[in-house]
Amino acid sequence: MAETRTAPQAQEQDAIFRGTGGGEISLKDKASVQGTPARLMPAFVLGEELADLADRDPRIVVLTADLASANRTKDFKLRHPDRFFDFGIAEKNMITAAAGMASAGQIAYAATFAAFSAILAAEQIRTDCAYPRMPVRVIGHHAGMSMGFYGTSHHALEDLGMLRTIAELTIVCAADANHLRAVLRASVDHPGAMYIRLGRGRDVEVYPEVPEDFRIGEAATLRDGKDLTVVTNGTMLRPTLDAAATLAGDGLSVRVIDMHTIKPLDASAIRRAASETRAILTVEEHNVTGGLGSAVAEVLVEGDRIPFRRHGIPDEFVPVGPPAALYAHYRLDAPGIAAVAREFVGERKRVS
Amino acid sequence: MSASGSARGRNVTTDFLADRAKFVRLETLRLTRICGAGHYSSTFSAAELFAALYYAHLRLNPADPKWRDRDRFVLSKGHAAIGLYPILADLGYFDPKLLDNYTRLGSPFGDHPDMKKIPGIDFSSGSLGHGLSIGVGMALAARVQKRSYRVYCMLGDGELAEGQIWEAAMAAGHFRLQGLVGIVDRNQLCIDGPTEEVMKVEPLADRFRSFGWDVQRIDGHDFAAILGALDGLKPAGEGRPQMIIADTIKGRGVARMELSLDWHVGNLVGTDYDDAYAEIEAGLKPSKLKEPALG
Repeated sequence: MAETRTAPQAQEQDAIFRGTGGGEISLKDKASVQGTPARLMPAFVLGEELADLADRDPRIVVLTADLASANRTKDFKLRHPDRFFDFGIAEKNMITAAAGMASAGQIAYAATFAAFSAILAAEQIRTDCAYPRMPVRVIGHHAGMSMGFYGTSHHALEDLGMLRTIAELTIVCAADANHLRAVLRASVDHPGAMYIRLGRGRDVEVYPEVPEDFRIGEAATLRDGKDLTVVTNGTMLRPTLDAAATLAGDGLSVRVIDMHTIKPLDASAIRRAASETRAILTVEEHNVTGGLGSAVAEVLVEGDRIPFRRHGIPDEFVPVGPPAALYAHYRLDAPGIAAVAREFVGERKRVS
Repeated sequence: MSASGSARGRNVTTDFLADRAKFVRLETLRLTRICGAGHYSSTFSAAELFAALYYAHLRLNPADPKWRDRDRFVLSKGHAAIGLYPILADLGYFDPKLLDNYTRLGSPFGDHPDMKKIPGIDFSSGSLGHGLSIGVGMALAARVQKRSYRVYCMLGDGELAEGQIWEAAMAAGHFRLQGLVGIVDRNQLCIDGPTEEVMKVEPLADRFRSFGWDVQRIDGHDFAAILGALDGLKPAGEGRPQMIIADTIKGRGVARMELSLDWHVGNLVGTDYDDAYAEIEAGLKPSKLKEPALG
């Protein structure tokens, strides 16, 4: 017999599912941010920031597919009801209709789970958004395996690999609320179609303020170092920064690059890291096939040789588990990333 | 044509429209010969619909293809673009000579239309099942911008098997997009056979009505019927979206192609080309084949 959920458990699980959890982090979430001080989970600012932008820009419209609460686009709806459209559970229709609206002069933000915006509607993104260069911003939230035990159907560990092959599509990964605000502000007048990848939308803080110097296509160095460069983005930034702090205590100096833009990739930042640090490790909440690691590898193999390793999800479907357990299982939490970095650097020392 | 574009319901004779439908068919023959493969029969079934829409009905301004108040036309069955390009050239959207290089390397004109390369194409198409969703988006944008344009979307009957069509049909009914006009070129065949054998689409009128649409069913080769249906459309606004099911004959105008499964993509050569040309030039004769009366 299945266990009956207690009321608090049910509430917590539903909150995780919807991304609308309360202020305090739960015990379970504390495990997922191991190594960082407990702090209030930030709000999911997607709807609020879009509403702010729409106050000044009549072109902005927002679409969702029966997830206005999960992604807080209902905050937009409250302020701009005439420019909000809920398409129900019909993602392909939503993405294509967003392109139709864009062709008539709107800038259309279409938001739903990454599993369904990027993966289910991949062909609509290619054919109706990217190919005709429509200003559609496809928001894929709850990307990676942040849906935890909801399982593979609700995970998006392939979205970057799939979409990265689409010509003229810009792909950006936001790390936290402040970063998302910067991404959205930069997206308004960006030419062509965009895919914006988010975690649960209330991700642990990486950027204490909105990064005013954010530029699409320009990687940000969040920590400097000389022994190893970790190239990562989005949800993996917080644990990577925490791992880098741990490793500094071990005498390992680690540079951390936020490669927020997957496409076009900031190849110069990778080449600089290859010449200025001794090795490069990529960390991604994505299958290692086709994602950030592959993108960085493509730059490196065409340039100077440097020790390189990809770290992410291997070529398998992930087991059932809460997000924190899955991150730990795949060594994508701070201790895991630190361990992978130690092993990688240690192997090199033995070889050389 | 005035700067503000032409009004709907232009006063043209059915003889003129028949001549323009003939022009569509002849140009389809000519252009197909350039590349050696063309969608003759899906274009021939829509020739009268194209002619009526572009020469008599749509609110257009070829001198200003991006005019924001123009009616939109989305060719969801993008493989019939070969019949649309000559009309756009004829109306002055671009130099007709450009078509002489149809499908050759670097040409703006491929088998499926590209809005970024061709003035007058309101949206790129080719992947079947997408067009009605594009129309939903365009009609919603009209509502946001308080504009009165209508959006016309021509659908093939075979592509009605695509699920996204019905997502869009449901959304159009839900959002009450009276300014969205669907036109099904009900030419009876998809590639592998009659639609009713490959994947049944009937009862089509009932299906769209149940999704919240107003439906008219007409003879899609009869200009009086087509113009009657178009003239009877309600203005853009809040209300039921409007569907015109145009019963047609795939391949209409060249007897050997009519309701033949052999001509979805083809290439006429030698005397076959000359014979087809002469047959079209002589004008439409009553077809021996029946249009379906499926309600």
